[in-house]
Amino acid sequence: MVLSRIAKVSLATVTILGLGVTTLSADTLSEVQKQGFVKCGVDGGLPGFSEVGSDGIYRGIDVDVCRAVAAATLGDAKKVKYVALNAKERLTALQSGEIDMLSRNTTWTETRDTSLGLNFAGVNYYDGQGFMVTKKLGVKSAKELDGASICLQTGTTTELNVADYFRTNKMKYKLVSYDTNDQVVKAYESGRCDVLTSDQSQLYGLRIKLAKPDESIVLPEVISKEPLGPVVRKGDGRWFDIVRWSFYAMLTAEESGVTSANVDAMLKSDNPDVKRLLGAEGQMGENLGLKKDFAYQIIKQVGNYGESFERTVGQGSPLKIQRGYNALWTNGGLQYAPPFR
Amino acid sequence: MLALLRNQKIRGIIFQLLTVIGLVAFLWYIGANTVANIEQRGIQTGFGFLEGTAGFGIDQSPIPYTEEDTHGRVFIVGLLNTMIIAAVGIVFSTIVGLLIGILRLSNNWLIAKLAKAYIDFFRNIPLLLQILFWYNVVLRAMPNPKQSYNFFDTIFINNRGLYFPQPEYNTTFFAILISFAVAFTCVYLLNRWANRRKEATGKDFFVLPWGIALFLLLPALAYWIGGAQLHFSFPELRGFNFKGGKVLSPEFLALAFALTIYTATFIAEAVRSGIEAVSHGQKEAAASMGFSPYQSLKLVILPQAIRIAIPPIINQYLNLTKNSSLATAVGYPEIVTVFAGTSLNQVGQAIEIIAMTMLVYLIISLLVSALLNWFNHKMKIKER
Repeated sequence: MVLSRIAKVSLATVTILGLGVTTLSADTLSEVQKQGFVKCGVDGGLPGFSEVGSDGIYRGIDVDVCRAVAAATLGDAKKVKYVALNAKERLTALQSGEIDMLSRNTTWTETRDTSLGLNFAGVNYYDGQGFMVTKKLGVKSAKELDGASICLQTGTTTELNVADYFRTNKMKYKLVSYDTNDQVVKAYESGRCDVLTSDQSQLYGLRIKLAKPDESIVLPEVISKEPLGPVVRKGDGRWFDIVRWSFYAMLTAEESGVTSANVDAMLKSDNPDVKRLLGAEGQMGENLGLKKDFAYQIIKQVGNYGESFERTVGQGSPLKIQRGYNALWTNGGLQYAPPFR
Repeated sequence: MLALLRNQKIRGIIFQLLTVIGLVAFLWYIGANTVANIEQRGIQTGFGFLEGTAGFGIDQSPIPYTEEDTHGRVFIVGLLNTMIIAAVGIVFSTIVGLLIGILRLSNNWLIAKLAKAYIDFFRNIPLLLQILFWYNVVLRAMPNPKQSYNFFDTIFINNRGLYFPQPEYNTTFFAILISFAVAFTCVYLLNRWANRRKEATGKDFFVLPWGIALFLLLPALAYWIGGAQLHFSFPELRGFNFKGGKVLSPEFLALAFALTIYTATFIAEAVRSGIEAVSHGQKEAAASMGFSPYQSLKLVILPQAIRIAIPPIINQYLNLTKNSSLATAVGYPEIVTVFAGTSLNQVGQAIEIIAMTMLVYLIISLLVSALLNWFNHKMKIKER
């Protein structure tokens, strides 16, 4: 009796020791295919970027990146499990493997790209930080904000930019920071602060959440560069490539005029660029470890970048944001995908 | 070999040894796993980040802090803010708790029931909800700075906080501060002398009028000696906000209020249980000796009740300190909000930062319990 108990205990000990070290899986694609869905970290409460509609479905330009990756890897854009994260949790959630990718209006910075064990796969929205104030204050420029109380979301680059801006302009401010955008909006509405600062696109998104959107204006100053994009863990090159080229497929489709409406007809196109994109020619899908038609699935189910933009934040949405920097390079914007060949 | 195993003592040792080995192996496994994963991802490790520039602002800091300071200083600021909120909470919840605990046992039906209702209500609502409730009440109910509630142009209340005048730290100010300390010491000594005299001769000596006189005369004297130069900086509405004076933010007020109200209910119950644990005979004995109800409470019941109540009250102090981390919900910049929140997000080294934060709470808790255990030991009934 005693002996067998000893044996069991020692066996357990040896097993634990024998396991040695199990590392986080470095093959996200196989994991995703095995579990049958992509676990994608999003904001969940930011109109235009990622917001749960009244029907319980996530929509937004960030959500579309998740859907594109699901369409590319699993052939079905609906196979995404969304994890709503606040700014403080998001990077840790990705580092620890809780999510497969992060698409949550996250600014690409040197520190985040190098020292956190993360890689930015692209830029799906070029943004810059701005200020929103109530019209009552009579402020016309950010330079007039000396002494103001400023509400913002903590754990963001916003927090750092605002410190830099006020320091370089020799102005003082009072910081009031919260965990989520909802709290920030509530505090701004109740008058806890004079100014709400965030990326400009978010300001427009948050403004429509206010009870009286017309009483607030966004000041003209843009005080920073905020390239927002999807993020993956370092050390899984193939998954990085998949996320990056899923997004580029959307850009390339817009550039060559392929839309979700005409993609089936485009399959018969003679244009070699389109043929390579849709998998009629070349090894694009195989190179990524995916099916030949991965880009076709993205465009069919999610649409090209222009469609996604207009539907979520552009003219087809309440936000009505102009393309601006997010126009294709051929239209004077910054969105540019390397060639599919 | 088998004979050894049949020996109960040796068998016990063997099993304990195996448990320890198993535990160590498990911890080692987790540690090695973490390290390997961190290395594989290329995540930075170590405590070098403490010297890096923080780059973000903190609204309330008891020590000078600017955006150019380091994450190490953020840690200190957060730690101090935690200690401030804990100290304020402990002082006020003790006062309120003691009062409510005694009222709970009042012979007046209404007072006793009101105290019970207060305890039952606030003890059974999660603290986080209470914090958010008070915070929103403060924000919604208070006017904006331009329409502040104005008390004699010196104290202002609005949705940015409670503003009050702040004295300038000059000679007069410090002289008055010292005079208060002297007055306090004098009253303490006087009280001790009076007690001894009473024990020796039975003669009463009323300390109270003397104490009031000391607390009034000594600071007045200090004001005159110190150069009569007491200046205050008054809050004044300039631009968006009030400038000058001192401000208590709505975040701080809501948190301190919620922590006090919540913890006081537990302290009240501890006090009540302490009082009820004193045997009824003691009260009757006091009454039959001709003690007034106040005398019996002060001289017979409370000294015995406090001994019983101290250990559970210590627990509540520790809970309050740990509960102060809920500040993160309203953005009061204590250690969890600024260090384990903002700094963590900026540098991304979760393990180091969370470990440091946990250590802080561990050390604070151990220190508080050591201090109060010492106090408990001192207050213990001395059996001769």
